[in-house]
Amino acid sequence: MSAGAQSFRLPAGGRIDRSSPVGFTFDGRAYRGYAGDTLASALLANGVHRVGRSFKYHRQRGILTAGAEEPNALVQVGLDRARTDPNRRATQVELYEGLEAQSQNRFPSLAFDLSGLTDRVSPLLPAGFYYKTFKWPAALWMTYERAIRHAAGQGRAPGRPDPDRYEHVHAHCDILVAGAGPAGLAAALVAARSGARVIVADEQAEFGGSLLSEPDGRQVGNRPATIWLADILAELSTMPEVRLLPRTTVFGYYDHNFLGLVERVTDHLAPADRPGSLPRQRLWKVRARRVLLATGAVERPLVFPDNDRPGILLAGSARSYLHRYAVAVGRRVAVLTNNDSAYRTAIDLADAGVEVPAIVDIRVDPTGPLVDRARRLGLTVMAGHTVTAVAGKGRVAGIAVERLSPDGRTLAPGVHSRVDCDGLCVSGGWTPLVSLFSQSRGRLAFDGAQAAYVPGTSVQAEHSAGACRGTQGLGACIADGHAAGMAAVDQLGLTVRRPADPAVDDPEEGPARRLWSLPGKGSSGRRKAFVDYQSDVMDKDLKLALREGYRAIEHVKRYTTAGMGVDQGKIGNMNVLGIVAEATGAPIPEVGVTTFRPPYSGVAMGTLAGRAPGRFLAPVRTTPMHDWHAANGAVFENVGQWKRPWYYRRGGETMREAVNREVAAARASLGMLDATTLGKIDVRGPDAAEFLNRVYTNAWSKLGVGRCRYGLMLGEDGMIKDDGVTTRLAEDHFHMTTTTGGAAAVLAWLEFWLQTEWPDLKVFLTSVTEQWAVISLCGPSSRQLLWEISDGIDLSAEAFPHMAMREGRVADIPARVFRISFTGELSYEVNVPAAYGAAAWEAIWTRGRAFDVTPYGTEAMHVLRAEKGFIIVGQETDGTVTPGDLGMDWIVSKQKPDFIGRRSLFRADTVREDRKQLVGLLTESPVEVLEEGAQIIEEEVPPAPPVAMVGHVTSAYHSPNLGRSIALALVKGGRAREGQKLYVSMPDRTIPVTITSPVFYDPEGARQNG
Amino acid sequence: MMQIPCPWCGPREQQEFRCGGEAHIVRPADPAALDDAGWADYVFMRRNPRGIHRDMWNHVHGCRRWFYLARDTVTDQILAVYKVGEPPPEVDADAPGTAEPGR
Amino acid sequence: MPHYSIFTLARNALTGHDRWTEAWRSPPLKPHYDVVIVGGGGHGLATAYYLAKEHGITNVAVLEKGWIGGGNTGRNTTIVRSNYLYDESAGLYEHSLKLWEGLTRELNFNIMFSQRGVMNLAHDHHEARDLKRRVHANRLNGVDSEWLDRKAVLKFCPVLNGDPGIRYPVYGATLQRRAGVARHDAVAWGYARGADAAGVDIIQNCEVTGFTIDQGRIAGVETTRGVVKARKVGVVVAGHASVLAGMAGIRLPIETHPLQALVSEPLKPILHTVVMSNAVHAYCSQSDKGELVIGAGSDLYVSYAQRGGFNVIEETMTAIVEMFPIFSRVNMMRQWAGIVDICPDASPIIAKMPVAGLYFNCGWGTGGFKATPGSGHVFAHTIARDEPHPINAPFTLERFSSGALVAEHGAAAVAH
Repeated sequence: MSAGAQSFRLPAGGRIDRSSPVGFTFDGRAYRGYAGDTLASALLANGVHRVGRSFKYHRQRGILTAGAEEPNALVQVGLDRARTDPNRRATQVELYEGLEAQSQNRFPSLAFDLSGLTDRVSPLLPAGFYYKTFKWPAALWMTYERAIRHAAGQGRAPGRPDPDRYEHVHAHCDILVAGAGPAGLAAALVAARSGARVIVADEQAEFGGSLLSEPDGRQVGNRPATIWLADILAELSTMPEVRLLPRTTVFGYYDHNFLGLVERVTDHLAPADRPGSLPRQRLWKVRARRVLLATGAVERPLVFPDNDRPGILLAGSARSYLHRYAVAVGRRVAVLTNNDSAYRTAIDLADAGVEVPAIVDIRVDPTGPLVDRARRLGLTVMAGHTVTAVAGKGRVAGIAVERLSPDGRTLAPGVHSRVDCDGLCVSGGWTPLVSLFSQSRGRLAFDGAQAAYVPGTSVQAEHSAGACRGTQGLGACIADGHAAGMAAVDQLGLTVRRPADPAVDDPEEGPARRLWSLPGKGSSGRRKAFVDYQSDVMDKDLKLALREGYRAIEHVKRYTTAGMGVDQGKIGNMNVLGIVAEATGAPIPEVGVTTFRPPYSGVAMGTLAGRAPGRFLAPVRTTPMHDWHAANGAVFENVGQWKRPWYYRRGGETMREAVNREVAAARASLGMLDATTLGKIDVRGPDAAEFLNRVYTNAWSKLGVGRCRYGLMLGEDGMIKDDGVTTRLAEDHFHMTTTTGGAAAVLAWLEFWLQTEWPDLKVFLTSVTEQWAVISLCGPSSRQLLWEISDGIDLSAEAFPHMAMREGRVADIPARVFRISFTGELSYEVNVPAAYGAAAWEAIWTRGRAFDVTPYGTEAMHVLRAEKGFIIVGQETDGTVTPGDLGMDWIVSKQKPDFIGRRSLFRADTVREDRKQLVGLLTESPVEVLEEGAQIIEEEVPPAPPVAMVGHVTSAYHSPNLGRSIALALVKGGRAREGQKLYVSMPDRTIPVTITSPVFYDPEGARQNG
Repeated sequence: MMQIPCPWCGPREQQEFRCGGEAHIVRPADPAALDDAGWADYVFMRRNPRGIHRDMWNHVHGCRRWFYLARDTVTDQILAVYKVGEPPPEVDADAPGTAEPGR
Repeated sequence: MPHYSIFTLARNALTGHDRWTEAWRSPPLKPHYDVVIVGGGGHGLATAYYLAKEHGITNVAVLEKGWIGGGNTGRNTTIVRSNYLYDESAGLYEHSLKLWEGLTRELNFNIMFSQRGVMNLAHDHHEARDLKRRVHANRLNGVDSEWLDRKAVLKFCPVLNGDPGIRYPVYGATLQRRAGVARHDAVAWGYARGADAAGVDIIQNCEVTGFTIDQGRIAGVETTRGVVKARKVGVVVAGHASVLAGMAGIRLPIETHPLQALVSEPLKPILHTVVMSNAVHAYCSQSDKGELVIGAGSDLYVSYAQRGGFNVIEETMTAIVEMFPIFSRVNMMRQWAGIVDICPDASPIIAKMPVAGLYFNCGWGTGGFKATPGSGHVFAHTIARDEPHPINAPFTLERFSSGALVAEHGAAAVAH
């Protein structure tokens, strides 16, 4: 192999910038290329063909194509631990100074890969071999699996988090053009001239598509093709309603003309040159009124023995390398084809001074202008022949050519000839890229002449143009683009004059010969003719699948894994269908087609995630008093989206010590809690009371103005949904509170009923959660403190009883004061406008010092409420708990004929006696705090599983006021078990517990009512 | 991904909405008169059709209004949109499915 | 049926694998069967297999409208576990897990059941409470399950985001070590091969269009290939349960929703267990081929379109990158959707229907794959004996009237 510096680079031509040499490394070795090269073209310029190992057999593989469909040349780009990208197609990696690339799936090196042994034993590893073996002994499967996993896989994930940024852009347009080749640009020009808002996206760095691979002399109309291209781009780029997106792949066509595009913003720059102001990639989310698909076609290989040898390229791709990158794919390059298009490659190679020893054409009598031209150039056309073997290990060294029998299924008797060559260009015809059309749900039609699927019936507002719908020839593609552009413009109700279709010299091409699987010599066991390079699927694997009954095309695909690799079958799918059709004797359309799924080519997960991970994952809601909490030792916990003080740490306290201190203070003197996060809904309207009657279990009509009532909400299934205290502010006006986590859901639920079921009720709901800051004062000194800092409120027990609300001023701030209690203590909830929250808190804190006021967090609140047996929705309930289960029948109205969920309370299962009911649990040891979530059983020594469970611990705390541990639990038939001994089962022991009432403290309620 | 024509706000992205399930299930006037199975039919049983479905949607990240769609569940094509209280329009499943998204 | 082993593989290698015979036949549809199973997914094929094997009922047809295993069997993320909260579910899924453990042997077909463990992450002490409740219940039900604290989680799965400062940091996790993943297609093929060998006719491209019901009793099914008589019909059609039930005049408490999933391009081994999170809402494992297999959430509207919203993909990728920041630069290779039939209590219906001789197995929602063997096993029992196996006795249609639901939302909150 020549290691000379770019010794395969032609002396002139190409779209590379010879004034900008670029250094890069591949597998640690330094090479040079030019700006404008891809990694693939630069490697080929340096004579490097072997770039990877195949997935299953670890065969040496070379660069096959020049585009996104590349199945072999997958490389790891970037050796930085954080910025390294697996499975990049070398054909799509733009060269930059200092680029580091590595081959994949080989150990220890590309040339010598230990797993290459699998190729030697490949007869043992046909399609689906793993289903038939590794079954014994069963215990060893995990060991076998580890070995399989290590042999499989391709690139490596980065070792560190991704430091790059990804952004999302939403866009609307009249026409989105996918693909900026001749057809796409022609269509874009028409669309743009009509005044439509147009987006043109192309996956390549440069617009032009196949035009970029045309030779210098190519004319479009009266201009050189390059000038035609430049003129269109110049015109488009001046139009304000046109957005041109190079390096942008339209990867997904979803419903209602929504398309996903990924724009590679900085990947082509050397890391040091990537501006920090730019994201690495952008995800464009485009809603287009009409979509114009001009995605082109890809060439398909022929299936013949050793067709995967490095040095074998698709003919059109070799032509791209020749004209676009000025790279010869070899010094002596043979051609194997079943159609005329490969003759262009042969002719162009010969014109460029590359020796073309033979054009092996499987057609018996190829004719036509291109064939004639090749013959006139003196090229040898071996008609009716095929390649039966390829010599050379890491690179083609020669081919064996033999004559086909008349039907092409076998070889004709005779001697084979050997053709020495270092490259082989192959063409099996062209496959229109219908991925996006198919993703749009459009129905495909089979074009027998081209042996390919083309767009049939559109389902969405879409048009296809050019090679992606089977149009052949540059001139025809441009004309097709004009026509599709006109049709799209017309559908939009716009008008534009159709440009003249330029005259283009497209030599007529004769028919191709379809032989899906070419014959070779020797046993089928040794034959290796690949259909899907990426997944290492051979023609014989497909036949094996069929033989074994995997006949549906999806079965064939899944059993052999054909089409399931990184290229998603772009290269191989049509050959798979052809071989299956041939083997089963069915016409190709009857074989069916596997579904094209997004994305068209891989999209980084980070791009799809955008800015959402990390800081913006979920909103953080804080109360107006948050900064005070943070400055005063609060340890926060997540409650829904809120950050709430869990407890306040003083000095070197443990959490337990802090919570004990807070709990004790709240009962001894005065505690203060930030209760702002409770959901608050303003319910207003003449039918407000009636509405509450329907959504709560209890009755609301007779609640007096200024009075509060606790309510439970059920779902229609009778299960508790939420709870809270609601206060009547006026005849037609209520202030409802909900749980912190349930606020949004409750509002949505209430709105649902109002809008869809009871639109006749005159009620308005407004979320006021964020409008009020709430400070809960708790403890015997709370009245005294309020006395000192409030105005206009008669705080006497008679004038302001429990479950009442008064308005006045607190700390000179207008306030609503609710006398309600979630702790069983004398307690007031002071509501002030949120903007005053911090001031009110500071004032209470300052004035409260005289009463030894103690801020307490949610954990202390939980202990305090548990001492009283008050439930927390979501902790004592889990969506399977009724009011009766909690002993809360008192809140379920017997008078009201109906409310949401009422009927469900009378079903067979909800009236069962042995439902789980809320009880208290006391351990024998006062210091033993049970584990929340632990299960309760009846036996001290549990029998063998399954063990009958009679309940579970819902809440468990140390209660400093009781000087012992307490717990709440849901236990089957629990209320009837009071006094009974049960066991809490832990992995290593059982803990005896006694069932008690769930109210541990002040059962008469004297403290809160005082 | 659907683009949903909110009758109040105009066409918006699907993720601005929440689906509330089958529309036009009327809450029984007298649930107590129903047997368990009758009640369960209202609470749990659903048409879940393959084809034309009328379902409730809420523009949660917009006007927060509930409204109705007639939708083909096989293609997710939206055939009609109407407000609460409006008579459900007749729809034809064979209506052209290539409607352009709104601006 | 040709036996599969390394020896038969080697012997066939000598003849270029030309002598393998079909894994299952493609027999003609007979006019009469003892039992017709509608739906050739994993559950239906398993049902047929166990009807033949355990109950000696071999005159059975499995009618599949497309190709076997082409519904949710071939679209799921292959997670197998049994750590459910309630006794009823634990019984069902653990029954299934035990069958999984012997299935490769049983079927002489490597279904690649990889017991690499499934972790359910908790991100705060509230989630931990609910998960520990499950761990305790699992232990007492004989289901292996353990609680890992934060440190142990990060040791078991070092590629997880261990930053304590993130929005939902890792707090702990449950781990079921016997849980894991299996090769989904192989399950369908393995059961098909086993059922076929026992005499079951597997009929592909045969869609059921109606039932023949005679005086409240099933008499057969109408299909696109003619009428088939049968005194017993079992229906296991995942997303299409309501459609089939409608043909028999039965209403189900089911909605059919899109559920999406995706895989990355193949990577060398990097993730060695299955990670699930409710709060961050995604789950992920790595296939033997090296792809990251990622489950997304379901959309909440009725659809048979097998599509789903693109926003679900974005949200899922967000969750994955949040949990595994090193996967950010890895490419998504393929995304797809299935349709799942969801019951209000996130538990299935495996039961006799109001029409005598008609049985439905449906409502598996997002997690039916893991139940495939157990579901088929108890459904076969239900059909053969015309009464449920004790394990599926709670999973009736009548529970929606009585209120005796099996509310597994907690265990199934993330689609899987």
